[in-house]
Amino acid sequence: MSGAQLGLAVSVFLACAVEAVEALTIVLAVGTTRSWRSALIGVAAAVLTLAVLIAALGPALTAIPLNALRVTVGGLLLITGLQWLRKAVLRAAGLKALHDEQAAFVEETAAAQLAGELTTEAIDGYSFLVAFKGVLLEGLEVAFIALTFGANQHDIPLAAVAAAVAVVVVTLAGVAIRAPLARVPENTMKFLVGVMLTSFGTFWSAEGAGASWPGGESALLVVIPAVALFAVALVASLRTTAVQPA
Amino acid sequence: MSRIKALGRFAWNFIVGDDWRVAAGVAVAIGVTAIAAAWWILPLAVAALLGLSVVRR
Repeated sequence: MSGAQLGLAVSVFLACAVEAVEALTIVLAVGTTRSWRSALIGVAAAVLTLAVLIAALGPALTAIPLNALRVTVGGLLLITGLQWLRKAVLRAAGLKALHDEQAAFVEETAAAQLAGELTTEAIDGYSFLVAFKGVLLEGLEVAFIALTFGANQHDIPLAAVAAAVAVVVVTLAGVAIRAPLARVPENTMKFLVGVMLTSFGTFWSAEGAGASWPGGESALLVVIPAVALFAVALVASLRTTAVQPA
Repeated sequence: MSRIKALGRFAWNFIVGDDWRVAAGVAVAIGVTAIAAAWWILPLAVAALLGLSVVRR
């Protein structure tokens, strides 16, 4: 496996794992508090819908001219990556509250209980819809990441495998612990994903806009650590500023 | 109508996020890169945009 392929697989795996953690938190909350059967049917329906959407959109996406795809997707990834990185930097510097999966679980649980008691053994619409919505939205993001990263690097199968492995690993972890994923260091993960999205976004946007990177794709091996170091330096600088007396 | 508004809000949050200046800056930087065909413009723009965005909070 080349460096670029390894970078692609790791980036897709991390980004998709974050989305899978969010979906799993929602499913665990409604499954535990209301109806596992309905929640799992909602998950199955969402996966089926996703499969149809991917089958319809996948070929269309790969038929778009590569530079147009790179500049569009690169730009979107860059904006998304910078937003993730901005929040992760502020959280790491102690200037923004950490996103807490435990709190998200409690919030979803309270909402599920407020939705009323179950009266029949039939499908619970609330559990079904919440699980369906959560898995469909997060799943679309997983598909978007896998298809776009894969199309840009001419290796959709590798990106798809990395995305599938991420979803399976997170699902198995969730089944194994049967609890909210508060122990997963989410901000660290988001920090890494922010670095990856920003780096790939910068690289593809510039290439799509007609610029040539020195060293071609191997420039990513410099861009990724440079973005990470800059973000870490920002965290250190913000921490220093925060503790100085006014 | 409320569904259209909700869809618009979702699209805005998904694409632009909570600091529109970052999105605008990225669009401008890509445009300048396309004109100058210089690879170093985007990394500089990314550093400036991220730095300014966290300082402003």
